[in-house]
Amino acid sequence: MSVHAAPPAALGAGSPRHNNKRLAVNVLKLVAARLAGLLGTLFVASIVIFGALYLAPGSPLTFLTHGRSMSPEAIAQLEQQYHLDEPVPLQYLRWLGGVLHGDFGTSILFHESVGSLLGSHGPITLVLVVLSAILVIAFGLAVGVFAGLRPGVASSSIMAAATAVMAVPAFVAAVVLTLVFAVVLGWFPVFGTGNGGLDTVYHLILPAIALSLASVAFVGRLAQAAIRQEMKADHVQTAISRGLPYRFVIRRHVLRNAAMPVLTVAGLTIAGLIAGSVVVEQVFQLNGLGSLLVTSVQQKDFPVVQGICLVYVAAFIVLNTLIDLAYSVLDPRVPASGRKQ
Amino acid sequence: MTATTATAGLNRPGTWLRRRTGGLAPSGWAAVAVLAIVVLISFVGPYLIHTDPNAVDLSSAYYAPSAAHPFGQDASGRDILARLIFGGRTALIGPFLVVAASTVVGTVLALAAVWFGGWFDAVVVRVIDAIFAFPGLLLAILATALFGAGLPAAIVALSISYIPYIARVVRSAALRERSLPYVAALRVQGVRGSMISLRHILPNVASLIVANATLAFGFALIDLAALSFIGLGVQPPTADWGAMVGQGMAGILQQQPAESIYASVLIVITVGAANLLGDRLTERSEARA
Repeated sequence: MSVHAAPPAALGAGSPRHNNKRLAVNVLKLVAARLAGLLGTLFVASIVIFGALYLAPGSPLTFLTHGRSMSPEAIAQLEQQYHLDEPVPLQYLRWLGGVLHGDFGTSILFHESVGSLLGSHGPITLVLVVLSAILVIAFGLAVGVFAGLRPGVASSSIMAAATAVMAVPAFVAAVVLTLVFAVVLGWFPVFGTGNGGLDTVYHLILPAIALSLASVAFVGRLAQAAIRQEMKADHVQTAISRGLPYRFVIRRHVLRNAAMPVLTVAGLTIAGLIAGSVVVEQVFQLNGLGSLLVTSVQQKDFPVVQGICLVYVAAFIVLNTLIDLAYSVLDPRVPASGRKQ
Repeated sequence: MTATTATAGLNRPGTWLRRRTGGLAPSGWAAVAVLAIVVLISFVGPYLIHTDPNAVDLSSAYYAPSAAHPFGQDASGRDILARLIFGGRTALIGPFLVVAASTVVGTVLALAAVWFGGWFDAVVVRVIDAIFAFPGLLLAILATALFGAGLPAAIVALSISYIPYIARVVRSAALRERSLPYVAALRVQGVRGSMISLRHILPNVASLIVANATLAFGFALIDLAALSFIGLGVQPPTADWGAMVGQGMAGILQQQPAESIYASVLIVITVGAANLLGDRLTERSEARA
């Protein structure tokens, strides 16, 4: 989440000059509306994830136990955990109340609270997604700015390559990177997360590249297109013909205007990395939430599946809302109804 | 050929060399050709080859290419070429069903929302936003947790999660169409709303729908292949490109990457062609608008 705060903040210099009261009220209204939308969506998502239990074939209890021979105490505990003896709406409210207090239930497989499982597996996933997000922003923008400002053979080849790279799924990238850099060249470890600290970051470099590759290409293409479009704009041509220093025109008129749409879409792309991390963790056998999710699905450990799905969806929704807010607040045109362009 | 006017021959492949703003660029036709070849190999190929893709021969694991097995053999000694050809069928049918279902449902929802407007439109927009909150792959994994690993649950789940992509595009395009004079003229003549939506608005937004459905095909192929890759989609021994990349991982560590690499290449080529065609179709529909 902190990933997004950084790049848009750099744009803060161009924030609304008309800091009058009306603008402030508009911004507050906007924030309130977005937060209400966020809560509404989270509410719906929680109903879907809870209700999944009743979508499954068979009764909830047979689905949860799934043919496992369980002790009567364990079954009693499951019944109590899901309050299966009560009406369904009440079951949902009790479940939701527990979740809001950090109680996600108990894993059937590990006999451990889902909350502590999330706590022990979460950090690796977080580091992986943050590393990938940094790669997406840094390389995506670098490639896009270069290709946008210096048209020529090099730029067109980079853009053609980016188009091709966009068709490479994360798991294919992971397989190829493992083969080339871990197995053949031996520069990086094949799998695992290392012993913490810098060693973990070193272990996560290949996974992060695999996860971010297609997004880097996507953001690069987007940035290139945005910059090309700004370069053609009348105000930029005017500034250049008036003899303003080229660097100043680029910084002040081209990059700043191109940044807004690019950063928005880059943010959405980064939110999309959350789901992609499941696959990449599986390839590199990283012990994160994604690997835990796949194991839990295979072992029919439904409380854990529910917990992880909730965390992923919540992270995805919160990120999307933050990006939306940053865009609306930073672009002075959006809330100020009286001022256009 | 007679002198083409600006309005003639937009859809006729014969005019592609002399294309103008409304035509499909040559790279678009190249993508069509690639997709056609992939589809042909995947759906006709299985009837032409006589090698069983599931015939196990453990004594010839990881054998190099030979006359009988032109692409070599996998960890269980199965013929890689046969598995690639049969796997193409599985790999292509899934995304096709996802795109067909989500496009039909998304288009109907969007057209109805635009025509009725008011609270119905508001509800549709909310539902679309709510679906959008679930990443497609995650919804598919949740579905396999409920109904067991395999393609059917995943296809239904992905079809639902792809509805917003189509519905959003169709809704905004249809809103634009609805405000045009020809729709008002039809209403004055007493033409029913469903008739105007299906006979007049739909054909005018059709090129946009096709463009987005083509792009969605590439994404759906990646999502389903990823699901099979992690073992929750297509189940062994059924051949599938995504599953082959995953099963080939064991070979990667022993420097026997053939199975993974061939399947990866086919996925990338197919998705790349779908993306390219989708981009060109989008450009074409924007140029026409």
